[in-house]
Amino acid sequence: MKDDPRFSRFFAYLSLFLFSMLGLVISDNFFMTFIFWELVGLTSYLLIGFWFEKKSAADACKKAFLTTRVGDLGFLIGLMMIAFYCGTFNFAEVFTIIGAGSVPPVMVTILAIGVFCGAVGKSAQFPLHTWLPDAMEGPTPVSAIVHSATMVAAGVYLVARTMSVFVASADASFVVAIIGVITSLLAATIALVQVDIKRILAYSTISQLGYMIMALGLYGYDSANDIHSPGFYAATFHLMTHAFFKSLLFMGAGSVIHAVHTNDIMEMGGLWKKMKITAPAFLIGSLSIAGFPLTSGFFSKDEIVATTFGHPVFTVLTLLIAFMTAFYMWRLCFLTFFGKPRDEHRYEHAHESPKTMAYPLIFLAFMAIFAGWTGIPALKHGFASFLYHSEPYHPHADWMNYIVSSLVGLSGIGLAYLMYMKKTISPDVMMARFKPLYNLFWNKWYFDELYQATIINPIMAFGRLMWKFDSNVIDGAVNGTAVLTMWWADLKFWFDKWIIDGAVNGAGFIVRMMAAVLKYLQTGRMQFYMIFSMVFIIVMILLKFEIAHIDLDWPMMTALFIAAIGLLSVAARFVSEENQESENEK
Amino acid sequence: MVAYIAVAAVLFALGLFGVLTRRNIIGILMSLELMFNAVIINFVAFNKFVWPGEMIGQLFSLFIIVVAAAEAVVGLAIVLLLYRNWQDISNDNINVMKW
Repeated sequence: MKDDPRFSRFFAYLSLFLFSMLGLVISDNFFMTFIFWELVGLTSYLLIGFWFEKKSAADACKKAFLTTRVGDLGFLIGLMMIAFYCGTFNFAEVFTIIGAGSVPPVMVTILAIGVFCGAVGKSAQFPLHTWLPDAMEGPTPVSAIVHSATMVAAGVYLVARTMSVFVASADASFVVAIIGVITSLLAATIALVQVDIKRILAYSTISQLGYMIMALGLYGYDSANDIHSPGFYAATFHLMTHAFFKSLLFMGAGSVIHAVHTNDIMEMGGLWKKMKITAPAFLIGSLSIAGFPLTSGFFSKDEIVATTFGHPVFTVLTLLIAFMTAFYMWRLCFLTFFGKPRDEHRYEHAHESPKTMAYPLIFLAFMAIFAGWTGIPALKHGFASFLYHSEPYHPHADWMNYIVSSLVGLSGIGLAYLMYMKKTISPDVMMARFKPLYNLFWNKWYFDELYQATIINPIMAFGRLMWKFDSNVIDGAVNGTAVLTMWWADLKFWFDKWIIDGAVNGAGFIVRMMAAVLKYLQTGRMQFYMIFSMVFIIVMILLKFEIAHIDLDWPMMTALFIAAIGLLSVAARFVSEENQESENEK
Repeated sequence: MVAYIAVAAVLFALGLFGVLTRRNIIGILMSLELMFNAVIINFVAFNKFVWPGEMIGQLFSLFIIVVAAAEAVVGLAIVLLLYRNWQDISNDNINVMKW
């Protein structure tokens, strides 16, 4: 990172992300939430594609952006329905209106599922979970903060924040719970077999987010109007503890990658001796996520397990996921930090990371143990007092629950120990025996291929078709129009030049011709003009009599005759003088 | 009636002839006054013989006298300016408006 040419840009993006995330958390209405939600998506896109020279990073950021956009469309639809049915975006007002039951129940369900769609996209829930593992192409700090602790938690936060909407619709809550548990199970199974350290953590993140979503979903359909129900508390509590231990794990993974320059855990091993700070911190994180007693994960995970009581299927699945979580995390730990180095060359060059990378690990390791202690039942309120203004939820100490879930976690660790340390159960034999399952998990349940075949390929084909249409029909029409226009312009040019200009010039020509003759009448002498007037007055009088068929009597005739003679004589005199003058001038 | 009109016609013809033939602009102006007078006589005569009860012809005559006085003032002022600029008030030489 230090020598990266876009070093300052990285922190600019990160600051923008921080701004958007804080805005998202403090906004008190749906609309502002949505705006910051999109900003967070944008910064996520920028940060994943930070090394955009790498094709995989460029593809990953595109994938992340487009996939979350699918969910955001649902969110937008939910927003529109809120605007339509509630007339406000304010959280408290919307909750009051929906709580009062004035909105049709079916609409509340659709609305809640719409909002949940946003959470599905952002929190990488099934069926939009495929972007998160690819997002690990970004820099490791980004993976640690944006894609494990904060942004992907925004979906859980959104559902938790709008819990009242989900409480109002049992169906929507049920959908939330089902999606959560499917996601969690799916991601946990995939994480079992992956070998890329960051991908395992990414699937682990998806799995844990599914946990939280499931807890939120179980909330509503357990006790409809009990605002202090355990699911809400469990999910937000786990959200908080998960943020600590998952960013610890990611930072640890970054440290390991920094040391050995590979993401493949099969090429690591024995790093415990080389990395005296990273390894213990990483192990603490793994203990925490596996639910080892008295760590953060222990308390928060037990709350989630407690939420599922009353729904046996969910309880069994939750415990199964907890078992798988413990297993794959410790498989990762054993392969990375213990045993013999499988790649001597990389092992030789491995070294502890600089202090700037190691100290945050120590802090996070501390928090990974103690952050969960805020939820110890003996504290009565603890973490829950942050969630409500009055009457917080009381976590109950349930020893049965503690013992069972601890045993599940420990057995997961134990199985990993047996398979990867003692080798009493050979991973290869297991792999061979469950070949179809292994393939399924290894290929991530073929979701990418499925989406490629069912969505991306048809869209691309359609795009190409559209391009053909564009280049032939639309462009053809445009170019054809241009050609026609040019022809038409030529025609009009000819018309302009010969007809219009001809008319104008012709008019000018006629006027000039007439002026050449008539200008001689303009002598500049007023008496000449007066004679002209008189002559025409006489002509007019004659004409008038002619038209009115009045015969002129002889005195009139005589008078006019004399007048005409007189005028003509005067005129003749002027004309002759004129000629003389012009001759004189010459 | 005919006598009045005949006098007016003769007066008008004399004035017109003067306007058309005089070289001196002052002469032309004087001939114009003759034409005005012919018109005035016509007005008064028609007023007296055609609409005896009305005053409109006489009123109009007074108007014409006033307008003629004003016209004479303007005309003489122009003549003065012409003389001051060209030392000439013969209209033979005033043909600056010629093409």
